[in-house]
Amino acid sequence: MAKLRGRGYASVNYPTGMNLGGDPSQALIHSTTTGTFVITLSSVDLGQGIKTIAAQCAAETLGLPIENVLVDTADTDTGPHCMGTFASRGTHRVGNAVIMAAAEARGVMLEVAAEELEVDAADLETDGTGLIKLKGSDEKSIHITDLALAAHFKHGRTISGRGIFLKEPSTPVPETGEMDPDSCQAHACTAAFVEVDDETGVVEVLELYNVYEIGRALNPAMATQQVEGGAWMGLSHALFETTEPYYPRRDHGPRDFAEYLMPGPADIPVQHSLFLERPAGNGPYGAKGIGEMTANAPIPAIANAVFDACGVRLTAMPFTPERVLRGLDALRGNA
Amino acid sequence: MPSQIVSLVVNGEPREFIARPGVTLLAVLREALGLTAAKRGCAQGSCGTCTVLVDDRPAPACLIAVETVADCSVRTLEGVAVGGNLDEVQSSFVDNFATQCGFCTAGMIMVAEALLDRDPDPSEEDVAEAISGNVCRCTGYRPIMIAILDAARRRRGESVEGIEGTAPARPAEEAVSR
Repeated sequence: MAKLRGRGYASVNYPTGMNLGGDPSQALIHSTTTGTFVITLSSVDLGQGIKTIAAQCAAETLGLPIENVLVDTADTDTGPHCMGTFASRGTHRVGNAVIMAAAEARGVMLEVAAEELEVDAADLETDGTGLIKLKGSDEKSIHITDLALAAHFKHGRTISGRGIFLKEPSTPVPETGEMDPDSCQAHACTAAFVEVDDETGVVEVLELYNVYEIGRALNPAMATQQVEGGAWMGLSHALFETTEPYYPRRDHGPRDFAEYLMPGPADIPVQHSLFLERPAGNGPYGAKGIGEMTANAPIPAIANAVFDACGVRLTAMPFTPERVLRGLDALRGNA
Repeated sequence: MPSQIVSLVVNGEPREFIARPGVTLLAVLREALGLTAAKRGCAQGSCGTCTVLVDDRPAPACLIAVETVADCSVRTLEGVAVGGNLDEVQSSFVDNFATQCGFCTAGMIMVAEALLDRDPDPSEEDVAEAISGNVCRCTGYRPIMIAILDAARRRRGESVEGIEGTAPARPAEEAVSR
């Protein structure tokens, strides 16, 4: 009886967006009288961070500090339409819509600044600290707060913009099945290092190595957390989660949340994660979606590592001690 | 049984309210006292997101009939920050990016407070055990454990510079949603 170590890997290609009926999202942006740019969306932030990403995209496009951006989202009665946060589409669709809206608002911002400074709008630049200034000059500049006040009370202008991203509908060609369902594809690979106890059948995941090509990681801290939290979910599906009984009788199965198994803080592996950046041409600042794919690769990687460790090829999740032991029995001719 | 007047000391302040028999501490905190940091997750004591400290010990507020803790001291997340300043655990959660959706965070911070109150220098295993009754579905637990260990160092007054194994990436700009 021994603890057997093994390693395995698996890769995943994952689509960003899903457009069977067309896939749009809208964003509106306007400046308050004191130069805070309010982004109005209907996209739900359930922890994945779309509010942060929208604010980053707007600040980058406007050329203003992120502190000047406020995201107002998820009132679908009053906000501009969003198809929803699914299909790993939020960053791509909403990011693009926000960039379009912010670019229009930036145009108005520079037009009003040109009138205030009595220069040509094409000669103006933003410095990222809140100043709109004449290129190459430190003397001719105006702060966004003063500019927003002037736009409202003096020039009668709204510094605002509208944005929409639409991936048009695509239906399969009946003869070939060919279609254009997504906007781009992200790629990832996970390598798992496991230990299998051949007496108890318990599988322990020791380490996970995750490599993700997601275009550009707009927020590396959030992307890392998405990868490692998603890998935890994959590990959970691989080894623990099921609504079916572990043993033949139904009353051995989980009856409620209290008995539904998931890995706890003592069951987690060490994770190493990194990103390869290959900006997507149609993504906001090159980003692809990362939402759903992060739970995928760890599961087959763990299955392959179990096979490498003990020779048992498991094809049904979760990889419970019973299934591992049955596999070992079959290998030993004890089945 | 009729409703009765129940007294608690909540975050250091005496509070009185009328409670029906069997009403949970969680319901009283959220609905009668307006303290909504403790969340109703599973409502059966499995997920830990309703965790508050009752006489300094972590307890699932969703399972406690409030009359059984009458006159006890109850501490919630609202009582952790003093004068608007985050304490070591809260600031460590922020700096180590230990939250994602945030639903488990209030409970995680309260069990961390109780742990560090009784053990200022916990091991990684101690931290894992302390939060083992609290479910997080987003982070995979690692950032939370790192944050609690870091909070312990901060509370002991040790430098937080150059600690191996802190957050995987530095937090970028905060989400701007005021």
